[in-house]
Amino acid sequence: MTQQRRSYQIGTGLFILLGFAALAYLATQTTSVANFSQGESYALKARFTNIGQLKLRAPVKLAGVRIGSVESITLDPAKLDAIVRISVDKQYAEIPDDSAAAIFTSGLLGDQYVGIQPGGSPDMMKDGDEFVLTQSSMQLEDLIGKFLVSGSPQKPANGQDAPADDKSGSAQPPKP
Amino acid sequence: MSAARKPSMLGDSLAQVGACGLFLLQVLGTLPRSVRHFGETVRQVWFVGAMSLVIIMTCGLFVGAVLGLQLYDVLSRFGSAAMSGTVVALALYRELGPVVTALLFAGRAGTSITAEIGLMRATDQLAAMEMMAVDPLAYVVAPRFLAGIVAVPLLVCVFNALAILGAHVVCVSWLGLDNGTFWSNMTAAVDVHTDVLNGVWKAVAFGAVCTLIATFNGYTTAPTSEGVAYATTRTVVLSSITVLALDFVMTAFLM
Repeated sequence: MTQQRRSYQIGTGLFILLGFAALAYLATQTTSVANFSQGESYALKARFTNIGQLKLRAPVKLAGVRIGSVESITLDPAKLDAIVRISVDKQYAEIPDDSAAAIFTSGLLGDQYVGIQPGGSPDMMKDGDEFVLTQSSMQLEDLIGKFLVSGSPQKPANGQDAPADDKSGSAQPPKP
Repeated sequence: MSAARKPSMLGDSLAQVGACGLFLLQVLGTLPRSVRHFGETVRQVWFVGAMSLVIIMTCGLFVGAVLGLQLYDVLSRFGSAAMSGTVVALALYRELGPVVTALLFAGRAGTSITAEIGLMRATDQLAAMEMMAVDPLAYVVAPRFLAGIVAVPLLVCVFNALAILGAHVVCVSWLGLDNGTFWSNMTAAVDVHTDVLNGVWKAVAFGAVCTLIATFNGYTTAPTSEGVAYATTRTVVLSSITVLALDFVMTAFLM
């Protein structure tokens, strides 16, 4: 009887352990917790006039590879633009200091992320540096608006077209 | 006759609900005393939890696999097959894991609890316990109730883990979705609190409800073989309805 009870208890203990192991696996490996960088990281700053739907912990990618995440998003009360602080893994320390940061959308309607386009400078970015060149997120409404204006059946005059193009490319780096 | 019968059926179900609520209060009242029967609780966790592992794991694997298959097919029509892992994980953690596990639990463990307690009632074992000054609520019902509350959340976690594995096998190994895409999209979209832990809270509630219905039906069964059969059927039917209804209510509150 006691032998039997003991085997019950061991089996139950194993079952409970298995359950908690499964919970720990789900919570750490399949959720955003898994995205917290484990190793050392350093912080960079970027200013955007519009961040769109960029969220905290959104990925930061260079050449499509995830190198860090968005740490905080604040509004600069003086300049009225958004300051996005990103933390980049220490192992990706070689980012030229003339690189550009842009907010992209994964897929047509997916989540937004910060994409970094590397520059060619021999100097690398250090902790606390700010990106000089940034490109704000594309607003779908703006794009649709421009498309409706420029793509209307009555062929708009050239003068009407030019400002619309100008607006999209003003003071922003070209897409790679 | 038939006109007089309808209101009495309504009254009967109301009385059942009331009796079930009082039964719950009685069981909760005996919980402090049932600490003495801790060994019995452990045995019940083994019986309703660990013995359900095989069915839970098998079903989890297949549910995840079929979810991965369907979602990959549907999402690739919209060019977003990469989101398959995300949708599988969210659907599982939020709804399918707790609900399917609770339904399986009602079928696998709820029925045996009802049949066991019902037969104890039919063969006067419960009355014998009372004669020996052993409170059947504290010795028979409370350990099973506690075991259900402990076991179902753990089973849900196992179910979810196996379902993710099943979806991974189908999407990545079979359909050729990129492994990194599968995991990184999932980890980007799934949150610990709003997705994983809310599912676990649901599981706790479902475990309590399923075992409450099972023990109540067994405890109040008519002491005949027909009564036990009827009580067992009713356990499955009532548990399924209650779990699905409660799921809707809890989702509305937790969102």
